[in-house]
Amino acid sequence: MDQKMRRVVIPSQYLGDAGPFKAGRGTFAEAGKIYSEHLGILNQQGNVMEVVPLKGRYIPIPGDFIIGIVLEAMQSSWLVDINAPYPAVLHVNEAPWEVEFGDTSRYLNAGDSILARVLSVDESKKLQVTLKDRNLYKIKGGNILEVDASIVPRIIGKKGSMIANIKKYSRCRIFVGQNGRIWIDGPVDGIDLVLLAINKIESEAITYGLTDRVEELLKEHAKDVR
Amino acid sequence: MKPDKLIVDGRRLDGRGPSDLRKIKIEAGVLHRADGSCYLEWGGNKVFAAVYGPREAVPRHTQNPLRAIVNARYNMAAFSVEDRKRPGPDRRSVEISKVISEALERCILTEQFPRASVDVSIEVLDAEAGTRCAGLTAAAVALVDAGIPMRDIPVACAAGKIDGHVVVDLGKEEDNFGDADLPIAIAPRTGEVLLLQMDGHLTVEEFNKAFDMAVEGCNKVSEIQKKAIMQRYHAVNEVIE
Repeated sequence: MDQKMRRVVIPSQYLGDAGPFKAGRGTFAEAGKIYSEHLGILNQQGNVMEVVPLKGRYIPIPGDFIIGIVLEAMQSSWLVDINAPYPAVLHVNEAPWEVEFGDTSRYLNAGDSILARVLSVDESKKLQVTLKDRNLYKIKGGNILEVDASIVPRIIGKKGSMIANIKKYSRCRIFVGQNGRIWIDGPVDGIDLVLLAINKIESEAITYGLTDRVEELLKEHAKDVR
Repeated sequence: MKPDKLIVDGRRLDGRGPSDLRKIKIEAGVLHRADGSCYLEWGGNKVFAAVYGPREAVPRHTQNPLRAIVNARYNMAAFSVEDRKRPGPDRRSVEISKVISEALERCILTEQFPRASVDVSIEVLDAEAGTRCAGLTAAAVALVDAGIPMRDIPVACAAGKIDGHVVVDLGKEEDNFGDADLPIAIAPRTGEVLLLQMDGHLTVEEFNKAFDMAVEGCNKVSEIQKKAIMQRYHAVNEVIE
């Protein structure tokens, strides 16, 4: 295996035998053998084989911090697009306001954006989101950018190192939702810088040492550093 | 115009031997609006495939509460054949859409996405025999490119009989004036048959021979498919090194 590269695997690729290894996320076992389930990067932790997807839809997990766009205000709930295969429900009980029945559109309307958290995902993939937590609210102003949900971990970086760098050099306020939506607010040249960095991360998502290269790029283009 | 002979001195009209495939070129991720896409050239066939989803299936009564449904739509462009094809779905393309949907469905892990649909659009821009095989092969690459979980990457190839000889991957004249055409699709890892159709007449021995040759062809195409998928990510690697 190349030192600088992560190993890219494709669906149905043989990864190892089920005896010495265990089938983790993104893999399946059949007749004592483990195969990859989707296009992704092989991640072997101990004896667990795991494939981290390179592309694909956002799959919601309870507790995920996400950015949603309201699709519809209904009698006692809102329908929210969270970039998952299914729309999510935001019930008035999960909103931080006292909402009268049928009065939902006074608080959130189609087209509004919210910072929310995934509350539950049931077995038929019915989704519920909540606004009842610290730092969850309706977004006012700023810009929303969409990227593939699979590169969100790279945009955040190890312990938030990548996103901390981007914030430092661009002087922008940034929220990264697990669903691949990124909210940015700040000066115009700062936003340009964020876009530049995110484009680089997108195109080089599977390489090592990306944080350092992005920092170089930011240094080169940044006007002043806080 | 029917040629006098389809095989001369063991060579076919385009110079191929009985077990040679036409030239195949596959490129993944060519369309930006789709979740996954593929462009494929197989001899004179030119095919685009695009994948959307998984997304909530509409209309709602088509939803399956336990698994995703797969909608493949095979469409031939009006300019894809010599005499202009009347646009829109006809009996032939409805049938091909159905058999391709069912072949793909077998390979996708549909139980992970209840109530959803995976939509595959297959557009034939230029046709030269074997478009259903080309379409299915392209659709499979587009599905992988979309990051959809799959237990296998399906692949298709045809075999047939011309001038009494069993050959693989029929060309245009061979298809039009040959004795039989046998397109099949398999799941290469397990060898499972996903699609098998036959046009014309074959004896049992000829059928078995044609089937084996088509499977062999499928395996060759499968390698090209896998290379095309990996190729997309090698381009990224070269920039860094």
